[in-house]
Amino acid sequence: MKLPMLGIINLIHETDEMGTLTQGRCLATVPFGGRYRLIDFVLSSMVNSGMQEVAVFAHTKYRSLMEHLGTGTNWDLHRKQNGLFVLPPAIEDQNDFARGDLYHFYRNRDYFARSPHEYVAICRSHMVCNVDFEDVLRHHRDHEADITVVCKANPGSIVGLARKVRVDETGRIKDIQDHYGRLSDDVVSMEMYILRKDLLIDLIETSLAQGRDHFVRHAVFSRLDQLKVSAYMYDGVLGIVNNIASYFRHSMELLQPEIGRELFFRPGPIYSKGHGEPPTRFLTGADVNHSLVANGCEIDGIVENSILFRGVKVKKGAVVRNSIVMQNSVIGEDGSLESCILDKEVEIQPFQQLRGVPDMPFLALKRKVI
Amino acid sequence: MSRKENKECIAMLLAGGEGRRLGVLTKDLAKPAVPFGGKYRIIDFTLSNCVNSGVDTVGVLTQYQPLVLNQYLGIGSSWGLDRREGGMHVLPPYVRSKGGTWYKGTANAIYQNLGFIERYDPEYVLIISGDHIYKMDYDLLLETHKRNRADATIAVITVPWAEASRFGILNVDDKARVTEFAEKPKKPSSNLASMGVYMFSWPVLRDRLIRDEADSGSSNDFGKDILPKMLEEGARLFTHRFNGYWKDVGTIESLWQANMDLLGDKPGLDLNDHSWRIYSVCPNQPTQYISPAAKVQSSMINEGCTIEGEVHRSVLSHGVHVGEGSIVEDSVLMPGAVVGRGARVIRAIVGDNAVIEDGMRVGRINSDEIAVVGSGVRVSGQQLKEVETV
Repeated sequence: MKLPMLGIINLIHETDEMGTLTQGRCLATVPFGGRYRLIDFVLSSMVNSGMQEVAVFAHTKYRSLMEHLGTGTNWDLHRKQNGLFVLPPAIEDQNDFARGDLYHFYRNRDYFARSPHEYVAICRSHMVCNVDFEDVLRHHRDHEADITVVCKANPGSIVGLARKVRVDETGRIKDIQDHYGRLSDDVVSMEMYILRKDLLIDLIETSLAQGRDHFVRHAVFSRLDQLKVSAYMYDGVLGIVNNIASYFRHSMELLQPEIGRELFFRPGPIYSKGHGEPPTRFLTGADVNHSLVANGCEIDGIVENSILFRGVKVKKGAVVRNSIVMQNSVIGEDGSLESCILDKEVEIQPFQQLRGVPDMPFLALKRKVI
Repeated sequence: MSRKENKECIAMLLAGGEGRRLGVLTKDLAKPAVPFGGKYRIIDFTLSNCVNSGVDTVGVLTQYQPLVLNQYLGIGSSWGLDRREGGMHVLPPYVRSKGGTWYKGTANAIYQNLGFIERYDPEYVLIISGDHIYKMDYDLLLETHKRNRADATIAVITVPWAEASRFGILNVDDKARVTEFAEKPKKPSSNLASMGVYMFSWPVLRDRLIRDEADSGSSNDFGKDILPKMLEEGARLFTHRFNGYWKDVGTIESLWQANMDLLGDKPGLDLNDHSWRIYSVCPNQPTQYISPAAKVQSSMINEGCTIEGEVHRSVLSHGVHVGEGSIVEDSVLMPGAVVGRGARVIRAIVGDNAVIEDGMRVGRINSDEIAVVGSGVRVSGQQLKEVETV
């Protein structure tokens, strides 16, 4: 089914407190769940919902993003018609970098004008979820809303940084506040905004003309009384991942099989870039339990309660507990990890021991030798 | 006149084999499409060898049960063979103005596609088949072929004497020129076996195929007709020695053994070799999950598996589920196979999407034979105490 909606993944000024995990990459391409990048979740949701076209507004450190997305083939977005568009910042000088997303949208107004879709969905990359936008659009039309915001009620203890939302009994949003606000309602915004394309263009032009350039803060916050802004309540698995604590917590949640099954398959499968790794080899010294393991690993040690990305080597006698080890890292013989996050290609020397605590995992920089 | 795309060397990949000796595994499937090594199908090895050797034009000759194979191959993108000029082409038998026939033999299959080869006007044609597991640089074979100014060069490998009578056996002189060729001899006089990988100079091959087709007594087969005839008539027939891992997976035992060769701390065949990747179609599955109750050793496990039982010395394809209390030993489980709770699977090959229900037993320890469960079969109710094929 074709959905008359343009997907926009907005990476401009995304809230990012990921420390060294985003030192060399943008938030969208932080590795997650053993073989995914954060952006895969919203991108796959869009494709599975029937969107024919997705535009990614890149902002900074987007080398890894370009490499990951490629031509969009892995998400079936390599098409003759529509497909995937990556739009890097179209800036005149360095100062333009600091300007808000509306400015960047405006610089690409030709693109919006040409787009044949009636609606747009403006989303962020750091929401780990599996959303059916067709259902969101149905809600939007049924409620005759100007803007529909995808929200999650009672999200549990959110450790990521999220905006809170106050909703009245009719489902209309009365207040939205940034994560540090005092709003105590137990509804968070998933930063997914569905509206008509012509309303978006109007908001872009009007806001900029008033000297304001942030989509959510200026175009939406200030118009809650003029526009009908409705909340759509998402009831699937959600991880808001934009700081280390939330990254670690939501990664570890995937070890509960029912959460994994729900997130990766319902309502549609999550796609990612495929790599040519062979299946993982378990050697004679392998003792793995309660773990997620990607392809291309070689395991000859103990792995417990952990997530191994592709191509990780756990040598004989090594122990990996409560940890996340990204692609191609090596844990040397008799080395040991407890509550650690190793970025890509980290090498742990034999007999080395590293220890963090769940609330403050030890974080090793990409390509570090320890 | 239309422009011809001249290529130095193109490959013709014989993938029409029925694989009768693989029994239920090839009931609805061409042999080259049989799953292998947890993530591959047999044909991935030859296709990847082509790409890694710099051969970018491959004609794949299909005939028997081609549906799954065709869908799998697509336009060759998974192997980087979707090329503007050349690339992968599936070549089934086709109808001509004067009739048209099935491929009668390996040589006839190539003969019927002379037109395809002519479009590329190559200097050399590589003949390979989609039922062997090996990693080989065909460029080295081409070098040998050129150095010897050969008409045809046969890739050979030393096999154990006991198995020699299963292969095409060659004798060579000190310059590696073939002096004798016998297809599956009862009393082999050498243990140098043909790998079924041939490099031909195109004008020679063309001439031979046309003459072979005109010979009504010929069975139109490379090993039985073309090569013996060339030897008899004094053609320059040379060998190229290959020293790596090579396995013909034409039987249940050899298919099982080749899977087992991937295991162990120092495997006979290393698939984690970044300089010689074996490519395959990505099934897009999440990472495998190994539960707290699971125990996995000396095994190879692909994405999308859920392991809650014990797995020893086994190869598991994507989406396999092994339930709690079950034991899988010395076995090969193909995509989507499900082993319930408290079941045992020993020395077996379990076809794709087959189901072994709770408490069932498949296979026997210390048995010489490998138990086989066909694709989509549900094993329930009766205890398979005997080694059986279902």
